[in-house]
Amino acid sequence: MRVVRDLDWQGPVPAGEGEYGEFFAAAAKGRLLIQQCPECGHRQHYPRALCTACAAVPEWMEAAGTGTVYTYTVVRQYGVPAFAELPYVLAMVDLPEGVRMFGGLTGIDPETVEIGMPVTAYARTYDDTHAMVFWEPA
Amino acid sequence: MASRHPVVCGIGLSDYPVVPHMNSVQHHALAARRAIADCGIAKSAIDGFVSASGGGPGAGDDAVSMAEYLGVNHRYIDGTMVGGSSFEFHVQHAAAAIREGLCDTVLVTYGSDQLTRMGRVLGTGGFQRDAQPVAGAMQMATPYGLPLVGAYALAARRHMHEFGTTSEQLAEIAVGVREFAGLNPDARYRDPMTVDDVVNSRMIADPLHKLDCCVITDGGGALVMTTEEIARDLRQPPVYVLGAAGTQTHWNIHQMPDFTEMGAAVCGPEAMGQAGVTPADIDTAQLYDSFTITVLLMLEGLGFCGRGEGGAYVEEGHLRRGGSMPTNTDGGGLSSNHPGMRGIFLLIEAVRQLRGDAGEAQVPDADLALACGSGGWLSAIGTVILGKDRPS
Repeated sequence: MRVVRDLDWQGPVPAGEGEYGEFFAAAAKGRLLIQQCPECGHRQHYPRALCTACAAVPEWMEAAGTGTVYTYTVVRQYGVPAFAELPYVLAMVDLPEGVRMFGGLTGIDPETVEIGMPVTAYARTYDDTHAMVFWEPA
Repeated sequence: MASRHPVVCGIGLSDYPVVPHMNSVQHHALAARRAIADCGIAKSAIDGFVSASGGGPGAGDDAVSMAEYLGVNHRYIDGTMVGGSSFEFHVQHAAAAIREGLCDTVLVTYGSDQLTRMGRVLGTGGFQRDAQPVAGAMQMATPYGLPLVGAYALAARRHMHEFGTTSEQLAEIAVGVREFAGLNPDARYRDPMTVDDVVNSRMIADPLHKLDCCVITDGGGALVMTTEEIARDLRQPPVYVLGAAGTQTHWNIHQMPDFTEMGAAVCGPEAMGQAGVTPADIDTAQLYDSFTITVLLMLEGLGFCGRGEGGAYVEEGHLRRGGSMPTNTDGGGLSSNHPGMRGIFLLIEAVRQLRGDAGEAQVPDADLALACGSGGWLSAIGTVILGKDRPS
C-alpha cells in the first residue's frame, strides 16, 4: 500500500487506543491489516480484542489493498473547518478478503463515482508513525 | 394477571419547536408535569422512572439526576440510551416491569434544548469541531469527515442502486409529512411543499437534499404508564401496550451488515406477533423520520411493503392524510420537531390518535397504532404496538 506523508493533517485524528493503534501504525508502514480468527476463520474490521463470531482471540492478516465501492456519498455541506474543501467523497469498500471498510475516496471527480467501481487503498500519515487508509480509483 | 396489563395513561409535550428560555432539564420537567396532569394520577403514586439523556454531557439530565430532580423515589429505574429510539425500548422495559410487579406506575421523560444549545450543527456541523482524537469505533469514520447526514446518505445511495429508488420517491415521504405539519400549529415548518421543492433543495450529502433531512428543534415529552387496574380511576382512557420489541444490528454506520435492511425487519414482526396483528391491521404509523430514507427502510422492514418496494409504495400515497397508512400525523421530525431523539413523540402521537384527540389530523376509527424508532445510525430499532381496546 502506497504511503503518502502528510504531516499537515488538520482534521480530527484517530485516538488509536488498543488494537486500533496497531492498525494505524501498520498503515503508516504500508500494510493494510484486518483480523482473522484462528479458531473459526471469521474475518473482521475494525480490529477488536475478540472474534465477534466465536469470542476467540483474532490474529492480524494483511489485506491486498484492493476493493470495490459498495456505497458512497458526496459530502457537499459540513461546518467543520478541517473539511472546508468541498465536495469530497466517502465510501464503503468491499474487500476481496470479505470485510467492508469505510474511508475517503480521492483522485476522482465526485460526479463520476459509481457503486461497483474497483479501488485501491493508500495510506496517508497524520503523525510520524500512524496513517489513515484512503482509497483511489484502481 | 390481566389487571396488571401495561397501559399508557398519560402523555405530555414540553414546549417546542424554538424555546430559547428553557434548558433540557426544564423540558423534562414541563413534559412530566403535563403528563401527570393529563391523567390526573397522584405524583406520589409514581414508583418507576425511565429516561434517556437528551441534553448531552454536562446537562444533568441522566436518569438518576432526573429522578432526583423530579422527586421520584423509584422502585424501578432504567436509563437505557440507544439514541432516538430509546423510548420505544423504554416502553418495552417499563411494560415488563409493570407486568412483573416490579413497580406499578412508571414516568418516562425526555427533554432537549438541542437547537438553543448547539444551533443546527448536529446534521452537518459534526460532533468533532476541532482536531481532537476520536476514540472507539468512531475513529474509523469521523476523521474522514463523515457528517450525520452522510451516514444516512450511504444507505440511500445503496437502496437506489439495488432497487432503482428515486429522489422523487424519497421526497414524497417529506411532502406527506409536511401536509400533516400544516395541521399542527406548533410544527416548525407548515407551508405546503412539493416533490419538486424537495429535489431542488440544496444537496447536503448525495443523494440526500436539505428537505430529506429532519428539522432541529428544542422540546421534550413524557409518558405515564401504569396497570390497567390503576388506569380505571384515571382521567384518560387507557391505551394498551400490545407489543414491544427492540433489536440492534450495529451501532456505527460502517458496521451496518446490509445497508438496505434495517433491524425493523426483526423487531417489527416480533412486536406485531406479540400483539397478534399484521401490518394490514395497523391504522396509523408513527415512524422515525430523521431522514426520508429512514422511513423508507422502516416501511420495508416492518412489512408494510416488500423489500425494495418502498419507493413504489410511498408513491402510491399510502402515507398521506386519507391514505391507507397515515404516517407521522403530527408533522414528524421532517417538519414538526426533532430535538435530537424523537422516539417519545412517536408514542405520544400514537396515543393521541388512539384517544381520538388528534384534531384535524385524526385518522378515522384508529384502533391500532404502530410506533417505530431508530437510534444511532439506523442501528437500534424499537417497535411498539398500541391499541385502544383491551386485548382479549
